[in-house]
Amino acid sequence: MTYIRNYLRLLAGLFLMLLPFSSHAALTIEIVGGAAQQIPIAIVPFAQPADFKGAPQDAMASVIGADLQRSGLFRVLETRGVVNQPTDISQVRYADWAALQAQALTIGSIENLPGNRLKVSFRLLDVLKQTQLAGLEYNIAPNQLRMTAHKIADVIYEKLTGEPGVFATRITYVSKAGKRYSLQVADADGFNSQTVVSSAEPIISPSWSPDGTKLAYVSFEKKKPVVYVQSLVSGQRYVLANFKGNNSAPAWSPDGKRLAIVLTHAANSQVYAINADGTGLQQLTRTSAIDTEPVWSPDGQFIYFTSDRGGSPQIYRMTASGGSPQRMTFDGSYNVSPRISPDGKMLSFIKRDGDIFRVAIQDLMTGQVQVLSETRNDESPSFAPNGRMILYATSMGGRGTLAAVSSDGRVRQRLSDTGGDVREPAWGPRVN
Amino acid sequence: MNKGLIGTILLAVMLTACSSKPMKDAPAPVEDKAPAAVSTTSDSDSAATSGATSSDVAYNPLKDPNNILSQRSIYFDFDKDEVKSEFRPLIEAHASYLNQNAGANVVLQGHADEIGTREYNLALGQRRSVSVKKVMNLLGVQDRQIETVSYGEERATGTDATSRQKDRRVDIIYQGE
Repeated sequence: MTYIRNYLRLLAGLFLMLLPFSSHAALTIEIVGGAAQQIPIAIVPFAQPADFKGAPQDAMASVIGADLQRSGLFRVLETRGVVNQPTDISQVRYADWAALQAQALTIGSIENLPGNRLKVSFRLLDVLKQTQLAGLEYNIAPNQLRMTAHKIADVIYEKLTGEPGVFATRITYVSKAGKRYSLQVADADGFNSQTVVSSAEPIISPSWSPDGTKLAYVSFEKKKPVVYVQSLVSGQRYVLANFKGNNSAPAWSPDGKRLAIVLTHAANSQVYAINADGTGLQQLTRTSAIDTEPVWSPDGQFIYFTSDRGGSPQIYRMTASGGSPQRMTFDGSYNVSPRISPDGKMLSFIKRDGDIFRVAIQDLMTGQVQVLSETRNDESPSFAPNGRMILYATSMGGRGTLAAVSSDGRVRQRLSDTGGDVREPAWGPRVN
Repeated sequence: MNKGLIGTILLAVMLTACSSKPMKDAPAPVEDKAPAAVSTTSDSDSAATSGATSSDVAYNPLKDPNNILSQRSIYFDFDKDEVKSEFRPLIEAHASYLNQNAGANVVLQGHADEIGTREYNLALGQRRSVSVKKVMNLLGVQDRQIETVSYGEERATGTDATSRQKDRRVDIIYQGE
């Protein structure tokens, strides 16, 4: 994996010098393993104006390459040894790239436009067939260069794998530095992290609205768990639920109109639904057991949740209106934190085996369970919007860190925080 | 990867480039309880146990280290929410105080150790606080004087079997403290 390390080091070195890429990574990503068949791709440094301020010439290619490499499905080829470096379709000599054993080739350019805008063009070429697979132009502000690179990586990923890319998405997580907690939002590659809210009291359970513009989360700043909803556009927030007792575990319905939450009043945790404006509270479970961690199925039909009504914590599902629950997990004595894949077919959860907690996945049709992670203190699984990867929290050396594993268990990533302790990740939706 | 070097550089960049959005509280239906001062008069039964005189108006039995009322934590076994008999006298003393001080309110704050997931541990801490509340209810304390909440594992400090014992507890906190 030295190649990837060099690549990341290069990338990390590069962005320091780049103003238009004004960004920083709070998380650095290490890749372990990969798909059996990786697509070899060459990405030629993009052409750019001679007076272009900031970015070295291969910054665009570096971001695109790092994205593709991180997915585990691509092998990004070293292009520096190729004398002819095309930036326009007329300059492409396919034989050069066939000799490098590239299956795909990406070329592109950045041009100045009036009014401090940039035009970014790229083409994805099939080296063997000598045809164009994709070609797009973006008219952007200079500070959108990095996100544009992610969008280009998404196009390449989709063209070559047949499924949508998720590089141009964002993640959220809670960072603890000293005694301070902060809710962060960052690009999916860990760059551009921004503080959404910070507090001396714990923050847990962030949940993305389906349109990606809001986060619901639990803050203890009132010395008890209270659910807030905050706009990522304006920074404004409101209290969604502050009833007597605990208010926790918010999860948005797929249409964004309602949230499932957990309230206790004066008893054990129970699942409720509430309108996104805080009206229309409805109790969905009525037991003396613990019912918590609700999450909607992508079709909005079911709510999955954790309950110990059977004596040990297991995952159940009920209809979204609160119908009689059906137990979903049977293997083991502690199965919690349900999440449903975007296609509705898989259930991911945290499974305890002795004193080890790992990310597992269950096929909802066959009931077959597979433990995916190799870490030991795993929490908070979160599907990428294309269902390919599962982001989760774990701990290493006594510190919280983030990790990801592909839903087939083949690709593993560790996202190392450069500062404190990170936990409670949630992968945001695709918003294009 | 040279994490140390990159980490240092990243940190330097973060320090200069970090931006945060202002945090604003929009009006929202926040449940507000009327402030109720804890009684500091010595007409409660604590006077007898502590020997404070009725003229000692500054005396607060809740803060007297010699008074059982200064003991505020009830500890639990791993994965359990049953109140152990050794904590009965402590809960009885607080129940008695609450019964005699109708203006006093308590928050029963449940806690869990770090083992397991955060939201589930929040529910486990809550269950422990509900257990203590039920004992208090049986001793005659009104529901309106008690709020049960949980911090889950958020305040847990234990890292091994012994130190985690202290994390599995309910703290009794009087309103105004």
